[in-house]
Amino acid sequence: MKRISIDPITRLEGHGKIEIFLDEQGNVANAYFQVPELRGFEAFCVGRMAEDMPNITNRICGVCPEAHHLASTKALDQLFGLTPPPAARKLRELLYMAFFVTDHTTHFYALGGPDFIIGPDAPSTERNILGVIRKVGLDIGKQVIACRARNHAVIKKLGGRAIHPAAGLPGGWSQPLSEAGRKEIEQAARENIDFALFTLKIFHDIVLKNPAYLELVTSDLYLHRTYYMGTVDPVDRVNFYDGMIRVVDPEGEEFVKYTPADYYQHLAERVEPWTYLKFPYLKKVGWQGLTDGAKSGLYVASPLSRLNVADGMATPKAQEHYEELFATFAPGYTTKGRRKPIHHRLATHWARLIELLYAAEHMLALATDPEITSPEVRLISSGVKNREGVGSVEAPRGTLTHHYTTDANGVLTKVNMIVGTTNNYGPMAMSIKRAAEKLIQGGKIIEKGLLNRVEMAFRLYDPCLSCATHALPGEGPMEVVIRDANGLVVRTITRGRQP
Amino acid sequence: MPDKPKIAMYWGASCGGCEIALVNLHEKILEVDGAFDLYFCPCLLDTKTKDIEALADGELAITFFNGAIRTEENQAMARLLRQKSQTLIAFGSCAHEGCIPGLGNLIPSTAFFNEIYLDNLTVDNPDRVVPSHLAQVPEGPLGVPKFLPQVRTLAQVTEVDYFLPGCPPESSQIWQAIGALTAPQGPPPKGAMVGAGDSTVCAECRRQRTDKKVRRFYRNYEIIPNPTDCLLEQGLLCLGIATSQGCGGLCPEVNMPCIGCYGPPAGRLDQGAAMTGALGSILDLGDIKGISEEELHGRIDQALDAIPDYVGAFYKFSLADSILGGREK
Repeated sequence: MKRISIDPITRLEGHGKIEIFLDEQGNVANAYFQVPELRGFEAFCVGRMAEDMPNITNRICGVCPEAHHLASTKALDQLFGLTPPPAARKLRELLYMAFFVTDHTTHFYALGGPDFIIGPDAPSTERNILGVIRKVGLDIGKQVIACRARNHAVIKKLGGRAIHPAAGLPGGWSQPLSEAGRKEIEQAARENIDFALFTLKIFHDIVLKNPAYLELVTSDLYLHRTYYMGTVDPVDRVNFYDGMIRVVDPEGEEFVKYTPADYYQHLAERVEPWTYLKFPYLKKVGWQGLTDGAKSGLYVASPLSRLNVADGMATPKAQEHYEELFATFAPGYTTKGRRKPIHHRLATHWARLIELLYAAEHMLALATDPEITSPEVRLISSGVKNREGVGSVEAPRGTLTHHYTTDANGVLTKVNMIVGTTNNYGPMAMSIKRAAEKLIQGGKIIEKGLLNRVEMAFRLYDPCLSCATHALPGEGPMEVVIRDANGLVVRTITRGRQP
Repeated sequence: MPDKPKIAMYWGASCGGCEIALVNLHEKILEVDGAFDLYFCPCLLDTKTKDIEALADGELAITFFNGAIRTEENQAMARLLRQKSQTLIAFGSCAHEGCIPGLGNLIPSTAFFNEIYLDNLTVDNPDRVVPSHLAQVPEGPLGVPKFLPQVRTLAQVTEVDYFLPGCPPESSQIWQAIGALTAPQGPPPKGAMVGAGDSTVCAECRRQRTDKKVRRFYRNYEIIPNPTDCLLEQGLLCLGIATSQGCGGLCPEVNMPCIGCYGPPAGRLDQGAAMTGALGSILDLGDIKGISEEELHGRIDQALDAIPDYVGAFYKFSLADSILGGREK
């Protein structure tokens, strides 16, 4: 049996690794996506003071600390039995919208976008952020940098720090927003809307008007029929900060809708000895391995899945683009009249830009809300009122859940978390395997497309550390080593920089 | 054009915030790219260990190493990069002092596997499977890097030239540090802190100190501090007094206590000990003349009762590098 190692793959959290095994005919026998990294927050957070958690858990991820900070702060609201004043809730959401704008923007221009803007089979030296700038113009490159800078300034103003914000407290937020600060944020939000519309236009002009790309996006190479998960507001529209968790089946029927605190009744996690990351799945469907379909409990939590589970977007411009996305893929309607889900994974890139526009529009609505500058931003407490608290938000990469149990003194006795990217571990592994199976047949390896197209299988999910690369030029060089059954190297294919 | 000096950025057990802090140089990142050849960076470029192995010793001018040492792989990469780099910088709190992952040193490594993979609300694991460096799949061996018994700092596994503190380092301080390392008059003395000041966070905090003493400490949900006075003097456990200058006093600026992410101030080896010392001068224990040692201890305990997690409060970032170090060696 031959073994192909892609070690490590680039642009995902930690040190990802792909191992592909070939059978005697040279077809893919199995493909494994390993995560060889563990820090163990669930273990060492036991014994900590509950109110320290927003500042401890934002260190889970420096790319999306805002998501952990808010999920944690919401779990504290429950533990302390406090409902934050309206302005506090709005300030949290306002920070979160600025975060979504910067995060989704950088993914499109520097990470996922180059595959389309430059092309999946273009020379690797071109397929990067610099190539994007060459293709769309230097001015746009500067706008991308300005967008990141502008929104990180908003995050710092509201949360105290541009990375690992500090303002979350049970029952509130540590500081109110001044009128001067509000005006700056309103201006940033307006610029964000223009930027989002402009980015969608680029996507239309370069991707959708190019028949070859459109064919790639709508092809079966990255198509999986799975369950989908996302948070919806009371009228079933996409919401990032709060709501009910809705899951739809591969046909688009609502499978379940639950409050985040009930997550453990609906989700279970599988442990495999060859990876540190657990595989979540729908408990009531069950674990069938890395396979799709209605009988497999694997589900996706991503920008596309959020649009798949919702009935629409909460802002007008984003709604227009949502309609266009579904009109393009035309998945049809269920017997109950709701849209069927889009199963083409590459549509996630488009969905991400629609979310970018929604975040910008909602940011403006919050920034112009008269209540946002209210000085009433926090409540105080004498201690925990409940022994359990669950906090949940939509992280850019999927539904994020923090669950804390404490003693009477507010010291943690149990911590469980299901993190954005983790939701998609099974689907990512499946997408990688699918790409490998299609590209490696009869022992023949399609050298040119293989490396990048396998990468594209996980890149569309925007796994976490990808954000760290966003404003830097560069293509992730990669090497595939083919070993024989004894582990001897029989062939090496390298792309990108040579030593 | 002469070759630009090669630099590298690598992560151990980390969150990615250090990379984001670098990217948050914003337009200045293009200047960094113009001056250096970013040669090795797993999130960007060739991530193969063998390419680094193939370099001559010292061929990398500078390596920024972020992240703690949690697995055998982290440790091996730290030592390899040391060998290949003229200058090795512990970049950010994890590499500098273990940071939040260092809190893992309070529990034995077996407890990790128990909490995460076995005794966990959502895990369904009847066969009690845990990840292993010896794992086998039907097609062959497929292990994960071995989990070490203790989190270690970069300097605990190899020689470090400079330390750049912060969780993450402020982008402006990264820029300062790059400037200091490439200054025409030569780099700072080996072993120096870069991108930080000589004083404490208090030196950059705008709040007023009046040498007021406190009778008891509050947990942050118990009181709303006023926006002008020292948070420690208002009874909040602010670590600014025992934390290196460098961030600009960001958390107190938004009414939150400093949690110590820049580590101990210059000249102090142990942040928690520095904070404990500071408490001695700020606690109001009443009239202690003539009271028994037992009663004195009782009053101290009473004043500190509000802090049920002393280690988590005082060593949140620095446990792995502290005199306590951790439970398991």
